[in-house]
Amino acid sequence: MTILETTGLTITLNGQPLVRDVSFGLAARDRVGLIGESGSGKSLTALALLGLLPPGMRTSGRILIDGEDHLGAPDRQWRRVRGRTVSIVFQEPLTALDPLMPVGRQIAGPLRLHQGLNRSDAERRAIEWCDRVHLPDPARLVRALPHELSGGQRQRVALAMALACRPRVLIADEPTTALDVTVQAQILTLLDELIEDTGVALLFISHDLPVVAGLARHLLVMRTGRLVESGPVDDVLRRPRSDYARQLVASAARVTRLARPSVRREDR
Amino acid sequence: MSTPLVEAVETIEALDTPARRRRGWRSPSFVLGAALLLAILVLALMSLVWSPYGLDHTDPAARLAGPSARHWAGTDRLGRDQFTQLMLGARTAVWIGLASVAVAFVIGVPLGLLAAAAGRFVENAVVGVIDIVIAFPTLLLAMLLVTVYGASTAVAISAIGIGVSAEVARLTRISASRVFTQDYVLAARTCGTGPLMILVRHVLPNIWHTLLVQAALAFGVAVIAEASLSYLGLGTPPPAPSWGRMLQEAQSTVSVAPWNVLLPGLAVAVTVVGVNLLGDGLREVLDPQLRQERQAADR
Repeated sequence: MTILETTGLTITLNGQPLVRDVSFGLAARDRVGLIGESGSGKSLTALALLGLLPPGMRTSGRILIDGEDHLGAPDRQWRRVRGRTVSIVFQEPLTALDPLMPVGRQIAGPLRLHQGLNRSDAERRAIEWCDRVHLPDPARLVRALPHELSGGQRQRVALAMALACRPRVLIADEPTTALDVTVQAQILTLLDELIEDTGVALLFISHDLPVVAGLARHLLVMRTGRLVESGPVDDVLRRPRSDYARQLVASAARVTRLARPSVRREDR
Repeated sequence: MSTPLVEAVETIEALDTPARRRRGWRSPSFVLGAALLLAILVLALMSLVWSPYGLDHTDPAARLAGPSARHWAGTDRLGRDQFTQLMLGARTAVWIGLASVAVAFVIGVPLGLLAAAAGRFVENAVVGVIDIVIAFPTLLLAMLLVTVYGASTAVAISAIGIGVSAEVARLTRISASRVFTQDYVLAARTCGTGPLMILVRHVLPNIWHTLLVQAALAFGVAVIAEASLSYLGLGTPPPAPSWGRMLQEAQSTVSVAPWNVLLPGLAVAVTVVGVNLLGDGLREVLDPQLRQERQAADR
């Protein structure tokens, strides 16, 4: 069953369309990659799916979450969905965590909010989640502040925070772009493991075709606000139909050839 | 958004050198500021239990006397002991200073938070009000209030508090707006956190250190304002002693008894310099960014 579906999503700023007529759906265990260059509207689409577009942007179309149209819904209604049905992980794990709050409390926040857990239960759950994302010494680590963690560890915390309330859709907006290549590979492995375990549907956003291709089964290609291609990963990689997808595949192939055979996922 | 102001804040933050950051609690400005303020505070608190003479005590035989063993700081033209006046004046200054800062924060912080959290319309409205209050001289406001309600401690506190609250509101709005644009606030919102929880969990913890430093500086401003009001006869009415009124009363006899002017003036100066140094030191100690970098440097 489709959990999250958008049809004809259009986002405009001062009359200028930034995203045009985007439609796709996510069902349980789907793994969809959304690829496109910066400025193509990928991140805006992601924010729109959470009802968090910056003020001043206008939207039209439909965003169905469990069959209910949320586009233009009041913030109250969106808040029930955010973190509980749809979660997101951002690109920059340092700025996405409050610098003054111990990471355990940050993971516990959504748990207390959505599941009404008390402080100690929520903290116990936060420790469990730290363990699930393979952070070392979880019981101690939950008391650390973000700056005391490495970039990869912070992204693990962000993942734990996003998944803590067992959402059914996880949007990962360039979650590995800010990390160096080895850490990137570890986070991708972890992400793979977590979505397999939890059955969460994944929308993986990136500009990096090899990274997306390693994780997604279905590929959406976006350019200047439009979806130019959509299909199973293998089809898009072997028989790209649009010019842009062809360019992407060609340039990715060039990079991979340079780095072959050991490194499959090349940074940029 | 008032970009020049934000830039100014950032410039001030950029002026920090690593050497200044590491000093922390031992920084000379903090220690000196705390010592100066402590001296004033001790005078004020001591006056509650002991002072050389009573408030009403006059020594007609020793009018305009210079400093001596009997009158450490001399006497004024009515023969009142100046050190007693100074101690009791410290009490007035500290009390009105603290109360005005409290009023300023009770008004200013919620107003600033509201402006930062609400939409553009409310923000512009609040910023407009803030700008008007900042442009309106506090002394003039005090005069208006005194004309309507008569001179009293409460009126002085309200006038100073309202005057200072605009600056507090402005700083709160700027600091809070900066937090609101941070990714971690967006991340909190993606988890379904509502606006009130974001204020409590993320905004206040990230701005209180800035506000505390502002409170220290505002205290200095309030003490000067209180002295000015009393000097003009608009502050705490007699017989409650005040540094401002001591100055005003000593003015006519300044050629024969200059120490009578010097002492209250010095008291105001010590308080204000002390509070500014303390604020500066506090900022170095509390600023989370500086603190983190200090910890990183220690490791």
